[in-house]
Amino acid sequence: MRSRVIELVVNDEPQEFLAPPGTTLLIALRESLGLTAVKRGCAQGTCGACTCLLDGEAVMSCLVPVETVDGAEVHTLEGMAGPDGELDELQAAFLEGFATQCGFCTSGMIMAARVLLAEQPDPSREDVVRAISGNVCRCTGYESIINAILDAAERRRATGAISYTEKGA
Amino acid sequence: MALQTEQIDRSYFTTERGEDDHAVIGTPVQRADALGHVTGGTEFFEDVNPTGLLHLKMHRSERHHALLKRVDVTKALEVPGVVRVLTHEDVPANWYTILRLIGVEPNDEPVLPEDRVLYKGEQIVAVIATSEAAALDGAAAVEVEYEDLPAVFDVEEALAEGTPAIKPHGTNYFLYEGHHCRRIRFGDVDAAFEEADHVFEWRYQSSPIEHAPTEPTGCIVVPQADGRLRIHSDTQACFFTLDNAALILETPFSKLRLIGGTVGGGFGGKVDVIVEPIACIAAMATGKPVKYVYGRAEEMQVSSPRAAERVIIKDGVMADGTIVARKVTLYVDAGAYSRHSPYGTTKAAAHMPGPYTIPNVWVDAHCVYTNRTPASAMRGFGVTIADFALESQMDRIARALDMDPLQLRLKNAYRDGDMKAHRKVAEGTALIEVIQRGAQLVGHELPGEYRGLSSTDPREA
Repeated sequence: MRSRVIELVVNDEPQEFLAPPGTTLLIALRESLGLTAVKRGCAQGTCGACTCLLDGEAVMSCLVPVETVDGAEVHTLEGMAGPDGELDELQAAFLEGFATQCGFCTSGMIMAARVLLAEQPDPSREDVVRAISGNVCRCTGYESIINAILDAAERRRATGAISYTEKGA
Repeated sequence: MALQTEQIDRSYFTTERGEDDHAVIGTPVQRADALGHVTGGTEFFEDVNPTGLLHLKMHRSERHHALLKRVDVTKALEVPGVVRVLTHEDVPANWYTILRLIGVEPNDEPVLPEDRVLYKGEQIVAVIATSEAAALDGAAAVEVEYEDLPAVFDVEEALAEGTPAIKPHGTNYFLYEGHHCRRIRFGDVDAAFEEADHVFEWRYQSSPIEHAPTEPTGCIVVPQADGRLRIHSDTQACFFTLDNAALILETPFSKLRLIGGTVGGGFGGKVDVIVEPIACIAAMATGKPVKYVYGRAEEMQVSSPRAAERVIIKDGVMADGTIVARKVTLYVDAGAYSRHSPYGTTKAAAHMPGPYTIPNVWVDAHCVYTNRTPASAMRGFGVTIADFALESQMDRIARALDMDPLQLRLKNAYRDGDMKAHRKVAEGTALIEVIQRGAQLVGHELPGEYRGLSSTDPREA
């Protein structure tokens, strides 16, 4: 089998790269496009560290063969901040709410939360718990993470700002 | 959202520092790395992606304890993409033990085994290939013929008379200055047991505990134009790695440049030196950057867990709850190799008899080798499981005497000036105050005599 040229729109920019057969979306993002916020923790869809947005849905990119999503729209943590680097509400809430420890799960957590808030601007605590149920924080910082996501939702509702999520997802 | 912090009671520190002289405690301080974490900018070792990167995967032992009769790499070399294999013959100084840096001996672990394997999953042959898939295929194609040896899986069995020694140095235990275990002798426990109103003996056993960091153990080694090797690693112990790798490579320390400090979950576990030396040898042999990272299954199977420990505690106790003697026998299952276990076992011995002042203490702490996955460091190792056993013991004594478990602890709690069993004078003790405050917070009523105790009041003779 031969490598294929794959086209994706990643963080609103068109990208084109060569993918050997069997390349996952995770490896394509990390190794072909240099977008390393998606992490490889287990490579078997159980830890959630590789979570990104694929056509607006949260997916575990380690389970997605990239050739099956040719032409898709992808969002990663790198595209989350605004044009001048201003942090998205989720990023700011994670930063200020001490919701990161080692940082390895943070990208996946924020991406899972991003989909939740796009669909549900005023989530309950249970909604948040369910939304990140596929993401492991082995430092066990879940309380701060849940609080940060609820805080981000509140910040968005308070400002009425159009989030990058709503534009992107 | 305002960050909530606990109000710190500073009154305890007035003798050491002024009441208002705490600039940081109780104040939120931003983590230095948090901005990188929320923007994706933090660089973990695997985020480095040098051109021409090769991948290293291991062929691992399928047996717990066996002689290696034949190791054949012919078929591995035929796998497309495989560029090189490494065996023990490629390792300049094959035998090491991590803590030789602080004088621990003997060097009991090979980087790659020579004539035998001591645990299931032990790495035997390194296969280096242009892709991870090819490295995995190559590792699977290595052929090994074993001759099984009797395997030992239980610490007491390992020490029993007649059990064959699995270690080249001839014993199944670590030798502490010529002794079969780390010993504490303080007072006379046997005489105290005779005088005690009650003698209680119970036994505790823990299982190995895997840290399971979300980021697996690994490294990327990049040869530099000046002949040095740049090592990107997720080790928690950069200098253990740098020094041990240099000794294994028989190269000056200055030839290695270690880039670390960003750890995707360590929990005290990423302190062994396993992946870096062999990845360095691979990089030197090929002249290319090499990555060696555990898959999730490897992380679970072969990264060192917290040791399984067996603790037997025998206490002599007076009717009023005063503990007059404590005899502890501890077996730490180091698994196949020393790694950090000799140190952890010493720490466990020094920790006995817990934060209590007991006039007669006897401890035998055994660091035992078995054919299990080598154990090593994890948060508070040596102390954590000992505390599980000690505090379970305290609860059981309290129940047996029909006594409040907090009062039992307060009665026996160490105080400033007490001599500990390992001949250190206790200072800065705070167990009494912590229990008093804890009791207050949960509404647990303590009688006045216990509320009035203080860590700084000398114990009545």
